[in-house]
Amino acid sequence: MEFMILIHGDESSPRLAPGDPGFDEFMGAWFAYNQSLIEGGHWVSGANLAPTSSATTLRLTPGKATEIVDGPFAETKEQFGGYYLISAENLDEAIELAKKLPMDNGSLEIRPVAFRPDAG
Amino acid sequence: MLALLTRRCGDLDAADDAVQDALITALTAWQSGIPERPAAWLYTVARNTVIDQVRRDRASRRRLHDAAPELTAHHATTDAEEEDDLIMDASSLGDERLRLLLLCCHPALDRDTQVALTLRLAGGLTAAEVAAAYLLPEATLTQRVVRAKRKIREAGMPLSIPANLDERVDALLRVLYLIFNEGYLSRGAAHVTRVDLITEAIRLTRQVVDELPASAEAEGLLALQLYHHARSATRIDGLGELVLLEHQDRTGWNLDVITEANAWLRSAMTRMSPGPYQVQAIIAGHHANARTAADTDWAAIAELYAQLGRMAPNPVVELNRAVAIAMADGSLAGLAVLDRLTGLDDYHLFHATRGELLARAGRPAAASFERALQLASNEAERRHLARRAAETATVR
Repeated sequence: MEFMILIHGDESSPRLAPGDPGFDEFMGAWFAYNQSLIEGGHWVSGANLAPTSSATTLRLTPGKATEIVDGPFAETKEQFGGYYLISAENLDEAIELAKKLPMDNGSLEIRPVAFRPDAG
Repeated sequence: MLALLTRRCGDLDAADDAVQDALITALTAWQSGIPERPAAWLYTVARNTVIDQVRRDRASRRRLHDAAPELTAHHATTDAEEEDDLIMDASSLGDERLRLLLLCCHPALDRDTQVALTLRLAGGLTAAEVAAAYLLPEATLTQRVVRAKRKIREAGMPLSIPANLDERVDALLRVLYLIFNEGYLSRGAAHVTRVDLITEAIRLTRQVVDELPASAEAEGLLALQLYHHARSATRIDGLGELVLLEHQDRTGWNLDVITEANAWLRSAMTRMSPGPYQVQAIIAGHHANARTAADTDWAAIAELYAQLGRMAPNPVVELNRAVAIAMADGSLAGLAVLDRLTGLDDYHLFHATRGELLARAGRPAAASFERALQLASNEAERRHLARRAAETATVR
């Protein structure tokens, strides 16, 4: 089955930029993780999102015009920052794969995919 | 040779290392002449390396045994037994009951749900019985079970033996421990003990011991439950009042159950894999095996609580250590430990203990009993605390 790993973290915590000491190791860990998902046959897709400062939210109310809001859906301590869509045997395997993400802070929400029209 | 040694010690890496070590040893030893049977020589050296490793592991864990001499004195391990222990139990873990218990206690379910599922699905209780045991409306319990079953199905939770079995067994034992405790000292109930939960917890723990014969902590938990269960008839007097351990009628303790608990604890401890349930069982065993309250080895118990505190730091463990120290070295020594304790101001037993130690030291204690009374919810405990508050009210 397929699971989405929703990655939530604190955007305000300092992050490395290209050229900073340790940046290459930081990125290397993510590339290695992606590679391990691909080689293990778990990869479906994944993405890192631009920060919530760039977010735009549309609020839909029946019978009213769509409202366009500057900012994310909700102000939270940890922000949704990216995702992996993986293929795993069951929740236990999905948990093990999520635990291997090169992160030591934040929250990873695991949700089974109920339906995906372009699933193979 | 490697296969033979691996079968004997159950660990390919350890066996491989031992064979390598033996070859290096041979390079030096054989310079003065090759032995008659070189293969047997190598095997003997490698095997001794593996056994030495096991012995070293055991020595480092011997402190646990030293804390409970009367429970281990009967079991002086011989070399033959030690070698037998090296041959790991290779029996498969494929039993459905264990899979079901592990699924019920899956970490992706919250604690209350784990308890409800374990009793309802793995245990033999009906929804009405589980609801009654936890003082919940039956509809609430049923809804909790239905929701859990849906999550198990939709979230893709497998009915299989997990790769991280040790962690998952810890979670399972934790649930069985909570169920037993709830039955043993239920809060807010009119009756102090609820036999159904106790019986059910013991029955399920026996299943886990059956399915995982090498788990020292499962055996330790079973021993712990049996020690408490053996004393349960004497915890309440004819008037329904709570009887403190030191005043319990020890002739009313169930010796058969204590003997069985002793056997499980001995079996657990020969596995040389200590853990918090075994330490708690050793403590309960000290009490259960003491002929009179005065015979209790409080100094040993205080040391065991200190060990338990190092394994799983917890202010309640420190509270119990304070009691043991008070019994071993006097109330003032116990009070000194209590005075350094923080984080238990809302815990009725902290104030009840403090009151008891103050009273024994001849100091004003009624205020502590009154504070404990405000916090306690168990009726029998409340009556006991009210009585103590009244008895100590004259010393102000």
